[in-house]
Amino acid sequence: MATRKNNTLKLSFETGWKYDPAPESKSSAKIDPRYELFINGKFEKPLSKKYFNTINPATEEKLSEVADANVADVNKAVKAARNAYDKVWKKMPPKERAKYIYRIARMIQERAREFSVIETLDGGKPIRESRDVDIPLVANHFFYYAGWADKLEYAFPNRTASPLGVAGQIIPWNFPLLMAAWKIAPALATGNTVVLKPAETTPLTALKLAEIIQEADLPPGVVNIITGAGATGAAIVNHPDINKIAFTGSTDVGKLIQRAVAGTNKKVTLELGGKAANIIFDDAPIDQAVEGIINGIFFNQGHVCCAGSRLFVQESVYKEVIRKLKDRLETLIVGDPMDKNTDVGAINSKQQLSNIHKYLKIGQQEGAEMYQSSCPLPSKGFFCRPTLFTGVSQSHRISQEEIFGPVLAIQSFRTDDEVIEKANNTPFGLSAGVWTDKGSKIFNLTTKMRAGVIWANTYNKFDPTSPFGGYKESGYGREGGLHGLSAYVNLT
Amino acid sequence: MPRLEVLKTYKIYIGGQFPRTESGRFYIVKNKKGVNLANVCLSSRKDFRDAVVAARGAFGGWAAKAAFNRGQILYRIAEMLEGRKAQFIDELIKQDSSAADAENEVNLCIERLIYYAGWCDKFQQLFGSINPVASSHFNFSVPEATGVVAAIAPQNTGLLGLVSVVAPIIAGGNSTVVLASESKPLCAVTFAEVLNSSDVPGGVVNILTGKPSELVKYFADHMDVNATVYCEKDGETQKLIKEKASLNVKRVVLYDKINWQSDEGQSPYFIMDTQEIKTTWHPIENIGGAKAGY
Repeated sequence: MATRKNNTLKLSFETGWKYDPAPESKSSAKIDPRYELFINGKFEKPLSKKYFNTINPATEEKLSEVADANVADVNKAVKAARNAYDKVWKKMPPKERAKYIYRIARMIQERAREFSVIETLDGGKPIRESRDVDIPLVANHFFYYAGWADKLEYAFPNRTASPLGVAGQIIPWNFPLLMAAWKIAPALATGNTVVLKPAETTPLTALKLAEIIQEADLPPGVVNIITGAGATGAAIVNHPDINKIAFTGSTDVGKLIQRAVAGTNKKVTLELGGKAANIIFDDAPIDQAVEGIINGIFFNQGHVCCAGSRLFVQESVYKEVIRKLKDRLETLIVGDPMDKNTDVGAINSKQQLSNIHKYLKIGQQEGAEMYQSSCPLPSKGFFCRPTLFTGVSQSHRISQEEIFGPVLAIQSFRTDDEVIEKANNTPFGLSAGVWTDKGSKIFNLTTKMRAGVIWANTYNKFDPTSPFGGYKESGYGREGGLHGLSAYVNLT
Repeated sequence: MPRLEVLKTYKIYIGGQFPRTESGRFYIVKNKKGVNLANVCLSSRKDFRDAVVAARGAFGGWAAKAAFNRGQILYRIAEMLEGRKAQFIDELIKQDSSAADAENEVNLCIERLIYYAGWCDKFQQLFGSINPVASSHFNFSVPEATGVVAAIAPQNTGLLGLVSVVAPIIAGGNSTVVLASESKPLCAVTFAEVLNSSDVPGGVVNILTGKPSELVKYFADHMDVNATVYCEKDGETQKLIKEKASLNVKRVVLYDKINWQSDEGQSPYFIMDTQEIKTTWHPIENIGGAKAGY
C-alpha cells in the first residue's frame, strides 16, 4: 500500500558516521568541598557534627560533602522559620513578598548555566535536560508564583486566604531543583516560611539555591534548607511546630507520612508514585507516537513519577510500533550526562540501579520477554540500558509496581473499553498518555482515565501554570497553577 | 374498634434496595423519655462492604451523567422531600424535636438540596481553569469526582446533617456510603425512600444505620473507598481515621466546626472537598511559515 510506504522506512545506522563527544564544560560550576546547613539566612555547621558525601553517579567520584541534620538541627531550622514567619514574613505587604520571589527567579535565570551543570553532575541527568527543561522551569515557577503574592483575593472566590505558618517540605532526587521550586515558590507567595530538605543523593542545587536566597536578601529564616536522609525527613514530619507537610516521593513513604501526622492538625499534600498508561491507537501518527513513548519512559532515565511506564498498543499496529520502538531504542545515546548528545544519562544511585536490576529479573522470571538496546555502557558509574518488556500481563509486577527506571512494560489491546479498564486497573493515578488522531476519541479517553495529568498526543510536558498531582494512591493536592495555591492557605 | 396503626420497618439502603442487615442484628431507638421508637438495623462490616461494592458500581455512571442531569436529579430529591414533609416532621418530633424546629429542619434540607442542585453544572466553571502554558499546547484543568466517599453523617441531627454532607458529595459526581445518626436514624431511612423515588440511580447513595464506634474504622480502611468524611470533634477517632486512611492514601475530610443550621453549612467548597483536579494537555500545531494575525 503506497500510503504505508513511509512507515516501512528504517533509518540506517551503519553509515560509519559517529557523534563526536560534545561535553559541556564543568568550569561554570563552583562546588565547595563542604556545605553546611542553611538556617536563618546563614550557613551553619550542623549540631550533629556529621557530614555525608554526595557523588557524581556518572563517575562515582565525590563532588562534595554535606551536613547531616539531626533532630536538634531540625529544631533550630523550624525555630528560625517560625520566628521569621511571626516577626517578618506574615506581616510583609504581599507586593513586597512578590518582589523577593521575582528576585530569586531572576537570579536563577542569570546563573542558569551553573545550575544546569551542577544538577547534571550531582544527579546524572543529561545536561540537555537540565539545561532545557529543569532549570528554565525552576526560574519560571518562581516568576509565576511571585505574581500571585498580591493577588490572592482573586484566587478564592468568596473566601479570604491566609498563610498556614511553617511549611516542612521534603523533595526527591529526580528533579532536585525543580521540586524545590515547586515547593518553595507557592509557599512563599502565600506568606508561609519554609524548612526544605533535598534528597540525600542530590543536595547540591538546593544548597546553591540557598546562596541565591542569601544574595537576594530574603529575610533570614524565611527559607531554611537542611540536608540529610530519611531520619532528617522524619524529624521534619514529626516536628510539633510545623503547620504543613509537602512531600514528593514514593507512595510507601507518603503513606508513612500520612499516618505519622494523623494525630495533628498539619495540612498535608503528597505527590507520590505512578504507573502511567501510555495508549497508542491505530489511527495515531505512529512516528510521533513512538517519539512520545520514548520521551515518556526514557526522559530522565525513567526517574519520573509520571513516566509512561505501561505502554498499551492497539493490536492492529502492534507489530509496527514494536519494530519502530526497537529501532528507535538503538539510536538512543546512553552515557556521559555532561555530553550534549546524550539522551539517557546515569541512574541516580547505586541503590536505584540495583532496584531496577531487581525488576529486570522479576520481569523475565514472570515470563515477559526482555529487549534491550545494544548500546555500550560506560565502565564506571551507574548506567542501565533502555529496556522494553513485551508479553506482559496485567498481573505482572513490572506492570503493577513503580520501577522508576528506563523500563517499559508493553501490552496490546483491541477495544477502547478494554484499554480504559486496563489503564485504570492500578492503585496509582498520576498521569496517562493517549495517542490518536481522532479528537472525540481523545476526549473519551482523557475523561475516563482516573489520573491527574493527561497528555494527549504529547507526553511529559510541565509548566508553572499547569496543576500537577495525582488521583488515588498517587497522592493528593496539586502543585502548579492557581490550584497549587490551595496547598498553602487557610480559607475563611 | 380503633384502627390499628401499621408500624414501619426501618431497613437499610444498599444499591437501590432495602435489605435488612445481613448480620440480623438490631438496636432499639428510643426518644429522650425512653419510649421505644423502632427496631433499627445494626449494620455490620459486611453491610458496609456490600454498600461499597454498590457505590463503586454506580460511580462511573453517575460521574458520567451530564452535570445538568445531576442537577435535575438533585432538584427532584428536593421535590420529593417537599411532598413528604409531613412524614419527616413527624419523625423528627418523635425523636425529640419541637414542632417548629422539625419544620425548620426539613425546610432547610429542601433549600439545601436546591442550592446544590444549582451548583451541579456551575462549580466546574468556578474551580476549573484554562492554563496559559508557555509551550505550544492547549491546557486545561477541571474538577472530577474523587470516587466512592464513605461518610459518617453528623450525629446531632436526624436529617439536616445527613443532607448537608451527602448533597455536595453527589452533586460533584461521587457515589457514597453514609452512616446515619446513631441516635436519630429514622429520617435517614425515610430519606432513602425519597432518594429511591427521585431518579437517583441505585448505589449512588447507600445509607446504613448502626454504631459509628463500631464501623468508623472500616469507613477509613476499606481499600476501595477514595475519601472518608467525619463530622465529630472526637480527636481520637479523627486520628484513627487519618491513620487508617493512609493505607490507600484516602482523602480525609473533617467537618467538625461547621454549623449546619447556618449558611456556613453550604458552599461550593464542600463540593470541592471530594473533587480531584485533572489537567489535560494537547499540542497546538504551528505550521511553518504561518503568520500570527487573524
